[in-house]
Amino acid sequence: MRLPLHLIANKRLAANRGIRDLSVFIFRRFLTLIATLLGASLIIFLVLDALPGNAAQMLMGADASPDAVRALTIKLGLDQPLYYRYVHWIMGLLTGDLGNSYVYGTPVAGLIAERLTLTIPLAIMSMSMTVVLALSAGIYTAANHNKLGDVGVMSLTQFGIALPNFWFAILLILLFSVKLQWLSAGGFAGWDESILAGIKSLLLPAISLSVVQAAILARVTRSAVLEVLREDFVRTARAKGLSKRDVLWRHVLRNAMIPVMTIMGLQFANLLAGTIVIENVFYLPGLGRLIFQSIANRDLIVVRNCVMLLAGVVVIVNFVVDVLYAFIDPRIKVHNL
Amino acid sequence: MSTPMSASIEVGAATARPQAPTGFWRRALRHRSFVIGGTLSLMVLGAALLSLVWTPWSAYEIDVASKLRPPSAAHWLGTDVLGRDIVSLLLVGARSTIMVGIIAVGIGITFGVSLGLLAAARKGWTEEIIMRMSDFTFAFPAVLSAIMLAAVAGPGMVTSITAIGIFQIPTLVRLTRGSANAIWAREFVLAARASGKGGFRITIEHVLPNVLPILIVQATIQFALAILAEAALSYLGLGTQPPQPSWGRMLNDAQTLLFQSPMLAVYPGAAIAIAVLGLNLLGDGLRDLLDPRLARER
Repeated sequence: MRLPLHLIANKRLAANRGIRDLSVFIFRRFLTLIATLLGASLIIFLVLDALPGNAAQMLMGADASPDAVRALTIKLGLDQPLYYRYVHWIMGLLTGDLGNSYVYGTPVAGLIAERLTLTIPLAIMSMSMTVVLALSAGIYTAANHNKLGDVGVMSLTQFGIALPNFWFAILLILLFSVKLQWLSAGGFAGWDESILAGIKSLLLPAISLSVVQAAILARVTRSAVLEVLREDFVRTARAKGLSKRDVLWRHVLRNAMIPVMTIMGLQFANLLAGTIVIENVFYLPGLGRLIFQSIANRDLIVVRNCVMLLAGVVVIVNFVVDVLYAFIDPRIKVHNL
Repeated sequence: MSTPMSASIEVGAATARPQAPTGFWRRALRHRSFVIGGTLSLMVLGAALLSLVWTPWSAYEIDVASKLRPPSAAHWLGTDVLGRDIVSLLLVGARSTIMVGIIAVGIGITFGVSLGLLAAARKGWTEEIIMRMSDFTFAFPAVLSAIMLAAVAGPGMVTSITAIGIFQIPTLVRLTRGSANAIWAREFVLAARASGKGGFRITIEHVLPNVLPILIVQATIQFALAILAEAALSYLGLGTQPPQPSWGRMLNDAQTLLFQSPMLAVYPGAAIAIAVLGLNLLGDGLRDLLDPRLARER
């Protein structure tokens, strides 16, 4: 059926207004992102640079001679005013020059990049496992609502949420390393030998990170699928003769993914925090271990940049989730976000 | 936004105060999650209180001669590498955990609820600033804040309490502001305004009592999160410091003895899991009992 011309014009106007609203929303959200990143950088700088006093004194200890401390202060550039050091750091962040480690004397960017070759694959592995585990469990339980399988899996997720991930990691070491002796209790084989050996070293850490996250996400997936299953269009689809399975896979999942994606974005912050802990459980030379070694060495410039990187990732992931959210669900009034 | 305490609000709308649902305890004692969660939480609380007056052995006294003893009549769960009794360490550990949890959640509630109520009452720029600050705090999970604080002030209980407290604030700000906004839109608040009551008085007399049930539920869940965070920070060496026993620290000590005494790593983890499971189930139960509509939907 052809629509009258004035109705077509109205629809186009509405569509244009929708796009304009969306652009305004993304622009506003982007400005908030920049402000949040700047705010975070300011707090991190004040806490880790201004508050501790003289980092050179901290590095050399209380017994160091004043001359030696003064010399190191000048060498590290700590004699410059605070605002200059802050601006210098921000400019460095933008150009990738993060300064040199107080302890090793090597560029901080290189140290972080080296450690990320472990932390990024670990985060990707655990996020992938989380998604596979959570979606399968969530969809299965929703499709078998109130049946034995649903009750069983939901009880398991209740236990999963209560498990501290580092304890679960220790239990995995007990089983697979101490008892069965299938996998090593810690350490990293590296990527040079073979990719498989690297993945094998990250297997237990990734499982321990993902099980707890998956327990939460599975519950969200189940609720979201159940909610969509109650919608009118699902009843219509069933009335039109589509099988329960077809309705679930073709219609329900697509709509249920919106809340699931939001929670996944929020879980990313937990995942990063978890990575710091789990790397310490398995003695993995990733970003988490680097932070702890730097705290022990009083290498505050490394701590500052690592914390900024992690906080920045959390803020950027939240921004991406917000924008995707607005794109995916046209019903959302962007000005309400 | 759905208000998980709407049942009590409906009852209390006329008086603007939520009334206790009739037969609350009768319903509560029949609710499985509430009963199991309440029992587990009471067990942990009981252990912490008991440790104030009695422990089988001193949790601080080192007796290397009796190190790594297996479970026996004298030491029900054995001893650790320094010869300390595991049961005594678990009991005193419960106290540390609960203390950190209460103070950290207290900080979260004090700041979170006040700022949330202020945002809902004042709207405009005040609300905008509070909400953006709360978004910004989300960028710092408890472990990150603790790392920063530990790097400058050193590790310890104060560091972990502060980090966990800060981490609790944004969730409570958002929740309080969302629920308070719903109450501000109600007719009885309009009536209170028409009678000349100011924003502060309305907040204290009408808004706060009506958002209280949902805050109680959330506080239970935040408590569970605080216990997990405290354990993680103590495990990393950023939280409670020796000789004060803590469950996270016990796990850290046990990890080096996995081949010799694997059970040492099981007990403290199980204690953390029981405490968190108990509080989560209690929170679930309270939510169902305070809002039967949500219970039907779940």
